[in-house]
Amino acid sequence: MAYVAPTRPAASQGLKGLVSDWSSDQRAFKNVPWGKAMMWIFLLSDTFIFACFLVSYMTVRISATTPWPDASIVFGLDVAGKPVPLLLIAIMTFVLISSSGTMALAVKNGYEKNRKTTAILLVLTAILGATFVGMQAFEWTKLILEGVRPWTNPWGAEQFGASFFLITGFHGTHVSIGVIFLIIMAVKVLRGALDDQRPGFLTGRKGRYEMVETLGLYWHFVDLVWVFIFAFFYLW
Amino acid sequence: MAHSAVAHSAVAQSKAVPQQAVQHHAIGVYLWVWALLFVLSIFSYMVDYLGFEGLLRWGLITFFMLFKAGLIVAVFMHMAWERLAIMCAILLPPGLLVFLMGLMAIEGNTTFLSRLGF
Repeated sequence: MAYVAPTRPAASQGLKGLVSDWSSDQRAFKNVPWGKAMMWIFLLSDTFIFACFLVSYMTVRISATTPWPDASIVFGLDVAGKPVPLLLIAIMTFVLISSSGTMALAVKNGYEKNRKTTAILLVLTAILGATFVGMQAFEWTKLILEGVRPWTNPWGAEQFGASFFLITGFHGTHVSIGVIFLIIMAVKVLRGALDDQRPGFLTGRKGRYEMVETLGLYWHFVDLVWVFIFAFFYLW
Repeated sequence: MAHSAVAHSAVAQSKAVPQQAVQHHAIGVYLWVWALLFVLSIFSYMVDYLGFEGLLRWGLITFFMLFKAGLIVAVFMHMAWERLAIMCAILLPPGLLVFLMGLMAIEGNTTFLSRLGF
């Protein structure tokens, strides 16, 4: 349960602590299991990938000479005959935030070793994630039927389709992979594999409840990316 | 019973080993952040719904975006409780992206102007 550092005890916090952490033997990241530190570093690299997509979207949008399609109309839905702007996207945002909330509670319950509650919350998170992907599939279908392609669309700058499919597609892939891992983790928790520290299917590593937090980091990151996509792509 | 046993062993271990990977936070923290994220999302949606334009729109969108991102990273991802070493290693490099964004904005404007020229 507790992580035991192989070197001398951790230095005090603050700038001094930072310097002593970085200059210490073997490990710079104290107090975290290596799986968690590696997940952070993976997420850092993923940040750069998503940022490259968003920056290239910005570049093509700035340099387009034809007007950019108005997202609040393109992604609007008709409710009882009245057009509501960005309705589906707003619902998707709330679904993803809720899934982040249930994930945070799953991590908390995991650390408290509430096996059943953790599993239920993980399944709930997976269901919300799958709902999000389902709504995204609906949105893609709607836009494709309306004639949006990576090279053309009925409303304006051609680059709109390419940016839309690339950015939301890559994000949706992340959500889908997350849902798969959430289900795997829920099964592991339910079986008690984390309580008994049983090694996993692909790895010899012993099961620990910190694995729930590592998966949680990934899931919150997916929500984090959506915050930026929502702001830059849909609202801007 | 089981709870107190776990809590007790955690306390015992934290005395024996000063370095602990296990984090315990009150459930209220998560529920508050959850609610705040909902409210902030409603606000940023209202920016579009009410049809704000120009600098006000972009300013509000950016503010709500960064506020939400900060809450997720700090509380949901527990970054606020990590050591400075990992905070710096993870949070500083993305700062470079602001530089990239600035460069590409200049580049995009140049492309736009030369497209208008030809």
